[in-house]
Amino acid sequence: MSQPAPVVDMTGISIAFPGVKALDGVDFRMFPGEVHSLMGENGAGKSTLIKALTGVYPVDTGRILLDGKPLSISSPAQAQAAGISTVYQEVNLLTNLTVAENIMLGREARRGPAIDWKKTRSQAAELLAGLSLDIDPNSLLSSHSLAVQQLVAIARAIGIQAKVLILDEPTSSLDTDEVAELFRIIRRLKQSGVAILFVSHFLEQVYEISDRLTVLRNGQLVGEYLTDEILRIELVHKMIGKEVEVLDDLERKTRTTADATDEEVPFVEAIGLGRKGSLAPIDLSVYEGEVVGLAGLLGSGRTELARLLSGADHADAGELRIAGKASRLRTPRSALRRRIAYSSENRRAEGIVDDLSVRDNIVLALQADRGWFRRIPKKRQDELATSYIKALNIRPANPDALVRNLSGGNQQKVLLARWLAVAPHLLILDEPTRGIDVGAKAEIQKLVIELAENGMSVLFISAELEEVLRLSHRIVVMRDREKVADIENDDVTLGQVMSLIASGTEA
Amino acid sequence: MSAILRGRLVWPIVTLVALLVLNVIVEPSFFSIRLQDGHLFGSIIDILRNGAPTVLVALGMTLVIATRGIDLSVGAIVAICGALACSMIAASPHPGSVSTVMLAVGASLVLAIVLGLWNGLLVSVIGIQPIIATLILMTAGRGLAMLITQGQIITVTSAPYKVIGGGYWLSLPASILIAAVMFAITAVLTRKTALGVLIESVGINPQASRLAGVRSRSIIWTVYVFSAVCAGVAGLMISSNVTAADANNAGLWIELDAILAVVIGGTSLMGGRYSLMGTLIGAFIIQTLTTTVYTVGIPPEVTLVFKAIVVIAVCLLQSPAMQARIRNMRRRRALAVKEGVAA
Repeated sequence: MSQPAPVVDMTGISIAFPGVKALDGVDFRMFPGEVHSLMGENGAGKSTLIKALTGVYPVDTGRILLDGKPLSISSPAQAQAAGISTVYQEVNLLTNLTVAENIMLGREARRGPAIDWKKTRSQAAELLAGLSLDIDPNSLLSSHSLAVQQLVAIARAIGIQAKVLILDEPTSSLDTDEVAELFRIIRRLKQSGVAILFVSHFLEQVYEISDRLTVLRNGQLVGEYLTDEILRIELVHKMIGKEVEVLDDLERKTRTTADATDEEVPFVEAIGLGRKGSLAPIDLSVYEGEVVGLAGLLGSGRTELARLLSGADHADAGELRIAGKASRLRTPRSALRRRIAYSSENRRAEGIVDDLSVRDNIVLALQADRGWFRRIPKKRQDELATSYIKALNIRPANPDALVRNLSGGNQQKVLLARWLAVAPHLLILDEPTRGIDVGAKAEIQKLVIELAENGMSVLFISAELEEVLRLSHRIVVMRDREKVADIENDDVTLGQVMSLIASGTEA
Repeated sequence: MSAILRGRLVWPIVTLVALLVLNVIVEPSFFSIRLQDGHLFGSIIDILRNGAPTVLVALGMTLVIATRGIDLSVGAIVAICGALACSMIAASPHPGSVSTVMLAVGASLVLAIVLGLWNGLLVSVIGIQPIIATLILMTAGRGLAMLITQGQIITVTSAPYKVIGGGYWLSLPASILIAAVMFAITAVLTRKTALGVLIESVGINPQASRLAGVRSRSIIWTVYVFSAVCAGVAGLMISSNVTAADANNAGLWIELDAILAVVIGGTSLMGGRYSLMGTLIGAFIIQTLTTTVYTVGIPPEVTLVFKAIVVIAVCLLQSPAMQARIRNMRRRRALAVKEGVAA
C-alpha cells in the first residue's frame, strides 16, 4: 500500500505542567481516510496530546504540521477553523438549548445580521437525517439520555467540515447498538477521506474500527503499529509495560471468599427503600466483607439506589438499617459518620476538588469528619497522602500537585484514597473504572477484592458486566428503576445477566 | 504552594512598590516617620491608619468570596454599628467612662453578629444568591442606621471611644494594631485549622464537598458572620475616628473597595483558592492610590479615573490571557537565544 502524505504530523511534542511532565518528545501522525487509535494507560498523555492538537494547550517544544504546513493555533476555535474538530469524553454541550441549536451553535445560518432560525433548524435536521439519527431537532438537549447527547455531539463535530475528527472516548456511555451506529458513521467518514483519531479503552472496539495504533506510556511514545500486525496481548503489554497476569489471578480469589451469610445481620439492610420519581421501593442487604455488584443500564436506578444508601438523596419510603439499627440518612455527612462512603460516577462534578492538591483531596473527607477546628496535623496528612499515592500507584507521585493536572484515572485513584482514608464499612463505588485503561482498571479491581477480604462491604456499580461478574459475590440487577434480580454469583453467565437486564427474566 | 502564591502576588507587589516609588520621587520625605509626643507620624503611617477599615472589611470579604459568595452589606453594617455605638454612648449619663464604651462596643459587635447571621441564613439555608441576599441588607441597612440615629449625625465626646480609631498604643495608631491583630487571628484561624481548606473546597466544588461530608452550610454561615464582625469593627473605627456616626456616609462604597482589594490580591470571584496576604496588599494599593492622588497633585475631578486606570492595569496583568502572553514572550526569547547559540 503506497502511503499518502500524513494530514497531521506532530514531531517531538513536549508539554509540562507544574509538577508533571505530561508529554515528552512524542511523535504522532494521521493519514487521510484512516482511523488511528491512540492507546495508553491513564496519565500516558493521550488527552494532553489531543489538547495539543486542538489548541487547548500550547506546546512547549515540538512541531505540528497540518497538510504539510506548520499549524499555529492557540484555541479550539482556531483548530476547528483549520479543520480539526473534537468530541470530548465528557459531553461539552449546552443542555438548556435545543438539539438543533447545539449542532449549529456558532455557525447558524444567517439572513443579514440576524439568524435564520428556520434554515438553521432544517440544516440541523438534514445533518441528523444524514446520520440516520431519529432525534427531534427542536427538542431540548436535556430531555435526552447521555448516549443521545453523545451522538448529537458527534453530529455537531461532523457538521463542521472536518479534515480531522477526534473522538475521545466516544463510546464510554453508548450501548452496543449505538456503538454499531457510531462505527457505521465513522466508516462512512473514513471513505470520504477524513482522518479520525479514536480513543477508547475498549480493546474490542479499537480492533474493530482502527487501522493504525499509537501507544503512549508515561508521556512517552512507545511506538506506532498497524492494527493488523499487532496482537492484543502485545498491545496491552506495550501499554502497561509490565506482565499482565493480574486479571487472571483475580478470578480464583473471589470465588473462595463468598461465605455463607444466612445468620449474620447485614451491615446495611434496605427494606422497601425508595424515592418517588427515582426509585421504586427496593429490598437489599449487604453483608460484611461482601461485594455486591449492581448491574443495569444507564438510568436503570443503580445510581439512584447508591444515592439513597449514601444520604446524597433522601428516601421517602421504606427503612434503612445499618448494622441492625434503623437509621435515617439526612446528608452524606451522616452516612459517612455511619461509615458509608459513596464515590460518585460523576468524577468531575461530584468527586474531585480540582484546584486543591492531591494531599488536600485525599484527606478531605477525613478532615470534614473531624470538623474544621481539629486539623489533621501536617505530618499525618503527608503520611496519609504518601502512603495512598504509593498503595494506589498515583501518578505523578507528588502530594502537592493540583488534582486538575492529573489524568482521569489518577483522579479516580485520588478519590478512592479519599474514601479509603475514612475507613468505611461500606464503600459504594459508582462506575469507578469508567474511562480508565486496562492497567488502572486491574489495580482498582484488585483493590476491591482486597478490601472485601479485609471485611469491608462493597457495592460495586459498573456498566461493564464482565467486571461486575468477576468481582461480585452477589449480583443485583436493576431495570427501569426496579430491582429485578438478586442472585448469588456462582456460575452466573454474562448471558443470564444480560437477559435479566434486557427482559427481567433469566432466559 | 507558597511558590504559586508568591507567583500570584508578583504583580500586586510590583504595583504597590511602583506607587510608593512614585510618591518618593514627588515627595522625597514620603518615607520619613517622626516621633512626636510619643506618637508616630508620617505618610506611611497615614496610609496604614486610613487603610485599616478597608483592610478589615476586605479580610471578611476574602473568605466570603472564597466560598463563591459576595457580601454587599458591609458598608451598611459599618454604618449600623457606628450608629449604635455612638447613640448608646451619647445617651449614657457618663459618655467618658470606660464601662459605657465597653458596653456600646459589645452591643455593636453583637448586632454585627446578628446581621451576619441574617446574611448567612439567606444564603446558606434559604439558598438565595449571595449578591441578592446581601443586597437586601445593603439597602435596608442604611435605613436601619437612620432609625438608630433618628436621622441625625450623632457626635460623641468620649475619650475611651476615641482610642479605637484615633488613639495610640506603643506609639502606633490603635486602628493599625486592631487591624493587624484581626489579620493575624484570621490567618491563624484559617491556616492553622482546617477552616481555610474547607472554605476553599466549598468554593471550588460545593457538590463534591457535600458528598465528602463537609458541612458547607455552617461554613458558609460562618464566613458571613465573620465578614459582618469585621465590618462592625471597621464601623466602630470609622465613627471613633471622626467622633460621630453618620448613617448616610459612614462606610459608603467600602464594599466596592473591599471587593477590589480582594480581586487585586488575586482571589478569584469564582471562589476557591484565596490569599489573605494578597488582600492585604490589595487594600494597601487602594489606600496608597488615594494618597498618591494628593501627593502627585492630580486634580480631584479625575481622581476616580486615575484609580480606575491603575486597577485595570493590575487586573490585566493578572489575567490568564496576559500571563500566557508574557510566558510565551519569554519562551520565544529564550528559544531565540538558544538558536542563536546553535547557529
